[in-house]
Amino acid sequence: MATGYGAESEPVGELLEAACSGDRRALSKLLTSVEDGVESRHSLSIPHNSGDGSIIGITGAPGVGKSCLVDRLLKSFSNSGKRVAVLAVDPSSPLTGGALLGDRLRMETADDDPNVYVRSVATRNQPGGLPVRLGLMAEVLVTAGFDLVLVETVGAGQSEVRIVSVADRVLLVEAPSRGDEVQAEKAGVLELADAIVVNKSDLEGADRAATDLRSALDIAGNPPPVLQVSARNGDGIEELAVLLLGLPSRGGASMARWRERLLTAWDAALLERQDLDEVLSALDSGEFDADEWVSRTLSD
Amino acid sequence: MRIVIAKPGLDGHDRGAKVVARALRDAGHEVIYTGLRRTPEQIVRTALDEDADFLGISSLSGAHAFLFPRICELLCEQGGQDIIVFGGGIIPTDDRDDLHNVGIRAIFGPGTTMEEMRRFVEVAATRRTDGEPTGVGEGGDWVWGGE
Repeated sequence: MATGYGAESEPVGELLEAACSGDRRALSKLLTSVEDGVESRHSLSIPHNSGDGSIIGITGAPGVGKSCLVDRLLKSFSNSGKRVAVLAVDPSSPLTGGALLGDRLRMETADDDPNVYVRSVATRNQPGGLPVRLGLMAEVLVTAGFDLVLVETVGAGQSEVRIVSVADRVLLVEAPSRGDEVQAEKAGVLELADAIVVNKSDLEGADRAATDLRSALDIAGNPPPVLQVSARNGDGIEELAVLLLGLPSRGGASMARWRERLLTAWDAALLERQDLDEVLSALDSGEFDADEWVSRTLSD
Repeated sequence: MRIVIAKPGLDGHDRGAKVVARALRDAGHEVIYTGLRRTPEQIVRTALDEDADFLGISSLSGAHAFLFPRICELLCEQGGQDIIVFGGGIIPTDDRDDLHNVGIRAIFGPGTTMEEMRRFVEVAATRRTDGEPTGVGEGGDWVWGGE
């Protein structure tokens, strides 16, 4: 290829170096080769993230306003001189593998601000709803000099919990009228969140939602902060930005984090097996069942 | 393939762009839609940051003669010569040669079938894998002429 950075033609060391010196094109090529599994943590010599709070997972149900909230946060961080990257995850079709990646559309800052880099990522039907290489992509962005990396999840199912394998802090986004106080008692990502925001605080029911969350969380002790914000009119965004810059980890999630990291690594190893297609056909034809295969493989 | 579908300029008609985005998604591609009224600078940044293999630009307002070449020029200046560019919308036949000359490899007008768009992506991707000039800044005179 005569031009630009070709993934084949450019040695990865040079790409990483160029990405670290602010070359956005090199960075985007590098992220592709990580996403496609061409480069690994080993080949890039990138250490595991220190857990200092620079990678923040943003999760919450579809429609609570995660992308709009991220856009507001990007503006605020950028105004205070921070360089911020976003990995915005959207689902792939289980039938065709295709994806329509629409989070970027809601982030005005994505296309103008020099302090901001936004990358859309498809789940590619990875188990747990998080691409297996998302963690390394986030760490490449930290290595490339971004002060913060925001990872926006699909916002459904297991991805809400598995985000702890990637992010060292988790912000849960809620919205008014998503259920009564019993919803707030349910186990799951609520227990893992380092902070919670009730978005759409300009709507009726926001105070009630925040109160329900606080009272549910207070029972357990060491409750995470619960803030009210409005991505529509900007209320509470500055306070949230300040909170996220120095957000302490609640600590309780440490074993859960390692559990999810182990599962992610396990899934990756399984999906990268050379004989995966043969195993699937054998399962399909009833040669052996999945439990048999797993226990045989584990004992090998 | 990663494909960015963009709407440059003030034209607010994006039904076509959305249908194309959806059809390419259903063909198994990862499609990023920019939304309406983007500047050439914003579109080029999206294509580069998202590491797009293809960039599709749509215009129905008559501003294609300025906007499309500007996008191609910026792509080449910023290291995106290898990105494959195609256009669509209301593009008079008389204007098409000029757009092909700045590196746009296909122009799809009203009546184009989704099957044809999918074939274009397939054929252009194969050309690129084979090392034949297909990107916006790679020269050569290949343009999509149907099959």
